[in-house]
Amino acid sequence: MNTMNGAQLIVKLLERQGIDIIAGIPGGANLPMYDALFESTAIRHILCRHEQGAGFVAQGIARSTGKAAVCFATSGPGATNVLTAIADAYLDSIPVICITGQVPASLIGTDAFQEVDTYGMSIPITKHNFLVRTVGELLTIIPRAFELALSGRPGPVLIDVPKDVQMAEISFAQWPEPGRRTTEKATDIESLRAAADMINRAKRPILCLGGGIIHAGAAEAGRLLAEKGGLPTTMTLMGLGAIASDHQLSLGMLGMHAARSTNMALQDCDLFIAAGARFDDRATGKIVEFCPDASIIHMDIDPSEVSKLKTAHIALVGDVKRSLEALLPLVTENSRTIWNNQIEVLKEMYPMTSPEARVPEKPYGLILKTSELLDEGSFISTDVGKHQMWAAQVFPFERPRQLLTSGGLGTMGFGLPAAIGAALAHPDKQIVLFTGDGSLQMNIQELATAIEQQVNIKIIIMNNNSLGLVRQQQNLFYNKQLFASDFQIDIDFVTIAKGFGMKAVNVEAGGDLPALLERMLAEPGPCLINVPIDREEDVYPMVPPGASNSIMLGGCNAEKCK
Amino acid sequence: MQKNVNNRDSEMEKTRQVDAIAVLELVVNNHPGVMSHICGLFSRRAYNVEGIICIPMQDGMTSKMWLQVNEENKLEQIIKQVKKLPDVLTIERHDGGHRVFERVGVLV
Ligand SMILES: Cc1ncc(C[n+]2csc(CCOP(=O)(O)OP(=O)(O)O)c2C)c(N)n1
Repeated sequence: MNTMNGAQLIVKLLERQGIDIIAGIPGGANLPMYDALFESTAIRHILCRHEQGAGFVAQGIARSTGKAAVCFATSGPGATNVLTAIADAYLDSIPVICITGQVPASLIGTDAFQEVDTYGMSIPITKHNFLVRTVGELLTIIPRAFELALSGRPGPVLIDVPKDVQMAEISFAQWPEPGRRTTEKATDIESLRAAADMINRAKRPILCLGGGIIHAGAAEAGRLLAEKGGLPTTMTLMGLGAIASDHQLSLGMLGMHAARSTNMALQDCDLFIAAGARFDDRATGKIVEFCPDASIIHMDIDPSEVSKLKTAHIALVGDVKRSLEALLPLVTENSRTIWNNQIEVLKEMYPMTSPEARVPEKPYGLILKTSELLDEGSFISTDVGKHQMWAAQVFPFERPRQLLTSGGLGTMGFGLPAAIGAALAHPDKQIVLFTGDGSLQMNIQELATAIEQQVNIKIIIMNNNSLGLVRQQQNLFYNKQLFASDFQIDIDFVTIAKGFGMKAVNVEAGGDLPALLERMLAEPGPCLINVPIDREEDVYPMVPPGASNSIMLGGCNAEKCK
Repeated sequence: MQKNVNNRDSEMEKTRQVDAIAVLELVVNNHPGVMSHICGLFSRRAYNVEGIICIPMQDGMTSKMWLQVNEENKLEQIIKQVKKLPDVLTIERHDGGHRVFERVGVLV
């Protein structure tokens, strides 16, 4: 017989799931769980400075490893604070398990101190959620939460545990099996044959790899299919790294800030093969004008995604890796020279950058220089804004999970804690955060966590002293009325970082940026480098929100390349 | 005149289409959160649920639920979403309605 209280049971069950890191903050309603954590030798607790930070630390672990990761928060404000990170995980399908303390069951519904309806508030932003009503239920709920978070289309699961349930004694004879990812049934062969036939007949097909490819470990399967069929391959923001950016068939990211050549090729394609991608409006632009002449093959594990926004001629519902692997022998080898040459011409006519934009003092140059200085196997985290799009456009991503970025929710403040999470999960790797001065301020308190844990992260602030992407939109679409997008004070991030105990340097005008970068990247432990970026540096091309992807502003660099 | 009548006819035809009723019959786990999970899928999409009937099944562990809704394009998507809920065990769609609402309708 095993006898313990609910909190100890939770911690033991998490240990049995293989969890070795939990990020969180204690409070009245989850103190029993913290008391149980104190006893645990297998789990390292990461004390964050805000529950949103804890949620994003868990995300950083989950995104960089593909495994489920756990965060803790107390009831009331702890729970409301963590919700943004959970919503973010929901939109990007990240397996995070959030365990919140709740007021004792007898007080639920009485407006007790620090009581909020965590269960109710988390329904629309979780894959599933639980309010634990008896201690015995934990034996099924915890493994089930992991199974749900990891299986099919992954996603966050929240478990709300009243304090009395945490303290209740339980005796039980047998431990439950840990929850695992369940295997999906394969796509039916008829549809696969039809899809292969459609691919074989296509003259101008394009393959699009989305975040689902990363989650399913299907990057290689995607590449093999692309190579065999001579399929030019684009990626969504979440799919970057699925195929190496220097691969001949890679078209980079599609959509609002894609290379002109990529959106133009899409406009022209006769078959669009979406694999683990969900036709997000930032990727498709005005949906009725997206790939106007193309048939659609849609591979997705989530049946509700298929034909949600764009009717699929062929739906391959199931594990995208298995679908891709099953397609491979059915697709005939074809280099599609004419189509690929046509795209090559487009790429030459519309290069993403120009030599003058690639100097290290400018956004693209800074990002490219950083990439040159990084070891193999390093990770890139970003926040949200221009700097994120610049990185997505030109950083040479070469492998799945290399990029950690908030795609679906686009949450400023994601970058720092996510980088910390990735660093905790990969202590021997370099983690670089590209952030903006606006985004960094959203979770700047996590500098303390980074220092306390001595994680190997390098923070590069692309500092334009403004909410850059907002400013750009006001310039382009709101009559240049800049309002609430330029900061009125200049913050000294280096002093702030030093106040937290972090090594930090400023890039001075006329200073040797590459040398400074090299020195900072070689430093052990966390450090920060503040790089001034001109406010007027905008991110192009840009498809105006709501417009067709054929309407792109800026980004004509051919002249500058001569 | 003739034209007007025609117009009205096609207008009525349209209204009729909009008003076509479907009933979704679900078997769900019986616990306090299930109703919120299901109704949330509709409210989030600004889709009105016209009628709900829910009663526990013999075992007490599960309930049977009937949702009366107007047929709209979004219905297909919502059904897919409902199917994804772990607490929903089965779902059946009845186009044109279900007699359970006729019986209850007598009471209102
Ligand atoms: C939490 C949150 N609030 C507001 C926004 C809207 N928003 C998108 S980009 C942006 C500006 C980002 O500024 P910064 O981090 O400095 O990056 P930059 O665009 O200057 O590179 C804002 C306010 C957001 N994405 N997330």
